[in-house]
Formats: sequence, C-alpha cells, structure tokens
Amino acid sequence: MAESVERLQQRVQELERELAQERSLQVPRSGDGGGGRVRIEKMSSEVVDSNPYSRLMALKRMGIVSDYEKIRTFAVAIVGVGGVGSVTAEMLTRCGIGKLLLFDYDKVELANMNRLFFQPHQAGLSKVQAAEHTLRNINPDVLFEVHNYNITTVENFQHFMDRISNGGLEEGKPVDLVLSCVDNFEARMTINTCAPPLVVAANIDEKTLKREGVCAASLPTTMGVVAGILVQNVLKFLLNFGTVSFYLGYNAMQDFFPTMSMKPNPQCDDRNCRKQQEEYKKKVAALPKQEVIQEEEEIIHEDNEWGIELVSEVSEEELKNFSGPVPDLPEGITVAYTIPKKQEDSVTELTVEDSGESLEDLMAKMKNM
Amino acid sequence: MADEATRRVVSEIPVLKTNAGPRDRELWVQRLKEEYQSLIRYVENNKNADNDWFRLESNKEGTRWFGKCWYIHDLLKYEFDIEFDIPITYPTTAPEIAVPELDGKTAKMYRIFLVLQLGPWLAVEIPDLIQKGVIQHKEKCNQ
Repeated sequence: MAESVERLQQRVQELERELAQERSLQVPRSGDGGGGRVRIEKMSSEVVDSNPYSRLMALKRMGIVSDYEKIRTFAVAIVGVGGVGSVTAEMLTRCGIGKLLLFDYDKVELANMNRLFFQPHQAGLSKVQAAEHTLRNINPDVLFEVHNYNITTVENFQHFMDRISNGGLEEGKPVDLVLSCVDNFEARMTINTCAPPLVVAANIDEKTLKREGVCAASLPTTMGVVAGILVQNVLKFLLNFGTVSFYLGYNAMQDFFPTMSMKPNPQCDDRNCRKQQEEYKKKVAALPKQEVIQEEEEIIHEDNEWGIELVSEVSEEELKNFSGPVPDLPEGITVAYTIPKKQEDSVTELTVEDSGESLEDLMAKMKNM
Repeated sequence: MADEATRRVVSEIPVLKTNAGPRDRELWVQRLKEEYQSLIRYVENNKNADNDWFRLESNKEGTRWFGKCWYIHDLLKYEFDIEFDIPITYPTTAPEIAVPELDGKTAKMYRIFLVLQLGPWLAVEIPDLIQKGVIQHKEKCNQ
C-alpha cells in the first residue's frame, strides 16, 4: 500500500515537470504561428497594422489621454470571473493593463454559454484557469495571477487580503484597484471589509437569485453593457481623464442611466468601516480646495406627444413590511436591501444565558446528544 | 415569510447576544459558546417534539461545521452528510449549508438556512427524489 502511494507521488512529480516544460514551450517566439504574439517591451504609438497598441496609443494624439502607456504600471484585482468579470478581464487585457489578479471558485459550465467570453470546450475547467489561458494568448504582455478559491472562508480570506495588499505590479505593493464582479451578498460584504477604493459591477437584483425555483437569468447584452461601463470608469480613474461616476445605474428596459454619489453609512455596523470613514474625512480635509466648473445641459423636449414618462422600479409589497427606512435617492434608483426595523411586537424572546460551561464542555455535550 | 409552525419553533430557540465573527478573537469564542448553547437547546426541543432530524459539530475554531441530517420516509431513515464554512462576514451574512450527496440531483438545489429551510426542504425533496429513483435507501443499494 505504501509502495503504490510512493509510486503515485513520483508519477505526480514527473507529470508536473512535464507540464512545466510544455508550458514554457508555449511562450511565443517571433515567427511562431501558434496563435499567440510576441511580447512587447515598450508600448509604441506607431500606426502600423502589426502594432497591437496602435489604436490605444492614438487616444493620446486625440487629446483624450495624456500618457496612455501608464496603463502598464497598474495592477487590478477582479473578484468573480463570471458574466461581468470575464468580459471586464478581457477588456483590461486588450487595453494592456500591467497585471490582473483573478479570483473565482467556480467552473465553466455549458449553462454559462448564454454569455460572453468562455467557450464550450472550456467546460469543466476552473473559470480562472480558462480565463488566464484565453487572455494570455490575447495579450502576453499582461501579468496574470489566478486563484481558484472561495474568498469568504476564514483561511482563504487571509490569503485574499494578503494578495490585495502585496500583489501589485511590484511584489509587496498593494493592487491599484479591486473590481467586485460577484453575484452574491456574502462575497460582496467580504470584499467590502478589505478594499477601499473599489468599483462594483452588479447586474441583477439579487433578491431574484434566491427566489424559489428561479436560477439567475442573464443576457449577454446586459453583461456586455455593464462590463463596458465598468471598465470605462476604470480607465478614466486610472488614466485620469473624463469624469468618474461614483455610481452609475443601467435600466435596460428603458435605457436609463441614473448617476449619484454614494456615501458611506456613518452608523455602519462594522467597526473598521467607521474607523476608515474618520480617516478618510481627515485626508479630504487636508487636500487643497478645487474649483470645478460644470456646464449643465438641460434636456428640453418641446412636445411629448406620446406622454412618455420615466417610471422608477416598483418595489414588492411584502418587502415593505420588512424594510427599514429608504434613503432619499435620485429618480430611477432604488435600494436592493434595507435594514429591517426592530420588531418590537414579537414574542418576548429567550436569550442565551451564560451557563458557565466552557466551549469544550459544550462541544462534548453536543457530541453526546 | 415563514409559516406559523416554523415561527413557533424559531421562537423557542434562545437568541444569541454577542455580535461577533470569526475574526473577533475572544468575542468569537463567546459567540461560539452561545451558538452551541442555542443548538443544544434546539436539538433538545426537537427530541421532545419527536422531530430530531440533525446533528452538527465543528472544528476547534468553530469555522468549519459538519454533521448529518435525516428524513424518515415510509418507515425508512434516509441520512445525508451536511457541511459548511463560516464566512468571514458572519453573522452579517449567513453560511451556505451544503448537502454534497444531493448536489445536482434536485431541480432547485441551492444553499439554505438550517432551521428555516433545511428541515422543510428535506420533507419536500426526499420523497420526490425517492419516487423518481434518484436516491435509494442504503440497504437497498447493498442488495
């Protein structure tokens, strides 16, 4: 029995060596017709068909971006490589981002084929692995670091935090941005505990995810739009052009894009969040005042033959009873969650009393039941 | 949202006092003690009501839980392993309880709350799965 285990271990080592060799052979050399392209040291603005960055560097000549090549100095972490995350990763790869860190614990399935990026032949592979393979081929100048784990567990969270703090383009430096492209509340909350500033892309009202018998519906179109808007803002933020929206919504049914400025909750339950808010206030107070001249364009419709109105989303009746106070929001924006009011009318509740037993005692008691 | 019977069951489980998660060191130990007390009480209540349907235990740190749940159908006991991790943002977010043996077998498999849903979920899904032949009693399998 011990012999065969040892034999298996040896075989695993052999295979690992073979795989490493195969992988290194795949690094494209000049003249390699195997699909990839050669690595490029410095971005050139030369306008030739063979320059993958020519159309991007042209943004400089158009006066939109002052130094586009700065994109190669940034490291972005994308949490969630599903419908939105994978497209986001592809867009940033094609833009020539310096480094991408991808986190997801899911596998590619045929059920994912209704959206962009992944291909049927990748079914069964982990999403991060499949994504890395595809993206490396598109742009070998981008550095990739992928992690196939669930960030919400205690062990993995430590590692996740460590990579956010040290996984920058230069090891030891933090990443420049964290993009939250997850589809569940738990992961969102987890990312919130450790990453300011951050950009969130949401696609669907998460209430519908947990409804009985309904699996999350998604269209490739919505995914594409959300990812596009997300990366647009990422580029504006990193390369310092245009106006970065604090919040941008997309109502697909009516083609409505409301914006607003999100503020942190001064009564947040999380102690660390409140501490960060204080620190941020001090930081802002120390900055010099900036005058911003805004030209406001008023949209005037002279006539409205069809009586078109913009109607905001209807909230569900049953949730009204369980909802807490809803903040005052611009038209077309509604909260996805509220903190329910404390139910004073509920039956007097039992609370746990300190029975004086230690944790070990309690664990043993449970075992013997 | 929950029906009357469930509400009654829930109201007889002691409410926890300490709002702490796995990262809160001593407070987490306090919370764990309360969790165990609550669970012990719940299992006792179940035994008294002749509806004992699960057992749970955890690793030393209380971050990984595992156990069994069962459902009795036609005088036969169908038992399944359950497991879950406590997420870093607990108790703001709930853990997702996994029943690995039933993964992929039901149309509506998703991770669910213990009291509020796993019990009733078993009551609905197990007879259906048995009827469809998707699961068989362990004794039958060995024949």
